Amino acid sequence: MRLSVILASLVPALLIQQDAIAGPEEDRLAFVAFFQARFPEIPLAEFANGIYAIDSDARDQWLDIEDFPPYEFTIDDGETLWQESFANGKTYTDCFGDQIESIRPQYPLFDGVNGEVVTLEVAINNCRTANDESTFAYDGKEITAITAFLAYESRGQKLDIRVPGDDSRALDAYETGKRFYYTKRGQLNFSCSDCHGISSGQYVRADRLSTGLGHPTHFPVYRSKTGGMVSLHQRFSGCVRDVRAVPFELQSIEFRNLEYFLAYMSNGFEVNGPASRK
Amino acid sequence: MNIGRRLFLRTGIALTALAALPRVLLAAAWPEKAFAAPAASGALIDLFGSDQTVPSDKISLKAPEIAENGAVVPLKIKTTLENVESISIIVEKNPRPLAATIEILPGTLPEFSSRIKMRETSDVMIAVKTDTGVYTTAKEIKVTIGGCGG
Amino acid sequence: MANSIKVKAEVSGNIAEVKSLMLHPMETGTRKDADTGELVAANHITQLTFTNNEKLVMVANFSTAVSRDPYFSFKFEGGKVGDTLKVAWVDNTGGSDEFETAME
Repeated sequence: MRLSVILASLVPALLIQQDAIAGPEEDRLAFVAFFQARFPEIPLAEFANGIYAIDSDARDQWLDIEDFPPYEFTIDDGETLWQESFANGKTYTDCFGDQIESIRPQYPLFDGVNGEVVTLEVAINNCRTANDESTFAYDGKEITAITAFLAYESRGQKLDIRVPGDDSRALDAYETGKRFYYTKRGQLNFSCSDCHGISSGQYVRADRLSTGLGHPTHFPVYRSKTGGMVSLHQRFSGCVRDVRAVPFELQSIEFRNLEYFLAYMSNGFEVNGPASRK
Repeated sequence: MNIGRRLFLRTGIALTALAALPRVLLAAAWPEKAFAAPAASGALIDLFGSDQTVPSDKISLKAPEIAENGAVVPLKIKTTLENVESISIIVEKNPRPLAATIEILPGTLPEFSSRIKMRETSDVMIAVKTDTGVYTTAKEIKVTIGGCGG
Repeated sequence: MANSIKVKAEVSGNIAEVKSLMLHPMETGTRKDADTGELVAANHITQLTFTNNEKLVMVANFSTAVSRDPYFSFKFEGGKVGDTLKVAWVDNTGGSDEFETAME
């Protein structure tokens, strides 16, 4: 991190029209290298399948469920919601364009106008607000149905996350998210990295820890535990609760910056959501 | 009927005389007593008249070693026994062990897949009824909870 | 068109493979509602039937121990491309649903 800060400060003029090449990209390569060294027999693309890349008994169960996964109903609901016009006659495609497969892979992105990270969920609600519609609750069924549908439509497309080099606020947001990832918190005093980096593949009581690499590619997920959909921020909230800290709000600035960092670390992975999980 | 149930009913086809009954009728008797039995032997007696069974290696049960989540345990069941009439899933430690009983009609293969709930680590027994008796195989499936599954 | 049943039915040689997924809470009757603390009443599919061109090919009897949003797959002989496969379920509350598709 120190080296990347030095490099970034030496070449600001050259980066004006380009995405950051030092800093986030250097971090990402190191992140990938760490997991490839820890799990040398796992092909890189497989990390997008989380714990199922590592645990074969769990993987078999997951494959059985994915043969006809319950989220298929949710995708249908999402498609219906997506196609519904707003009261003013406009639709989501007026906000997002009609290249449906290229919507989800761009998120989260840095919005230069309001100076914050915008996730897909926030973008959906921004579109609703711009068209005088009430927003969806971030823990409600509508938002996960739409994101499930958009994820499904962009399966196979590569995540295209950008940290623009000409906006220092974007790099700040990325760095803030990264700091969150490596900060210990809660009564149990764990950071995300403690479990999903250093201890990935090991057990925490009865659960086996998945790798941070590949985490954001497959959300939202249908959880067997609840029989419903869970968004990435809902999972963040669960993890923060699990280390006995008070969770941040869904789509809070803290979780958006965290998602920004995490998504950049999995940049280039193919979207494979929605997915079944336990 | 309440609105929730009405959502499940298919629209379009008019059924006059059956307006007061469920749109779809049971094709065969649902073995209520067997499903209510609190122990495996009771379920077997209610289904087959006896809890005497014969172990058979001609029944295959594909199941996990450790269930990822006891709420959704995928099972794949197949048998090479002949003249199969029914196949039943009995989870010994469930409060009501009989989970499902499948009628194998003529022309239907004696195999199926489904997903079941298990309350705790338990033997899962597959009971195959043929014209010559009731044959079984069993496998222990571990169910654990606790950790950061959230 | 039903919205609680999805089915994939394919013929390969003489064998038809049917995979079905139902949207159903499969409540056991022993779960407590997180908000009210009250028991949620049992609400589960009791019987799932399949007919091919009106001929009954499968009857599956379920207890509450079949998972939520149940999945069921099986195979039968004699199905042909274009046959009408009908899936129907009833539950213990008197609810039901059915869905037809053509064998592929």
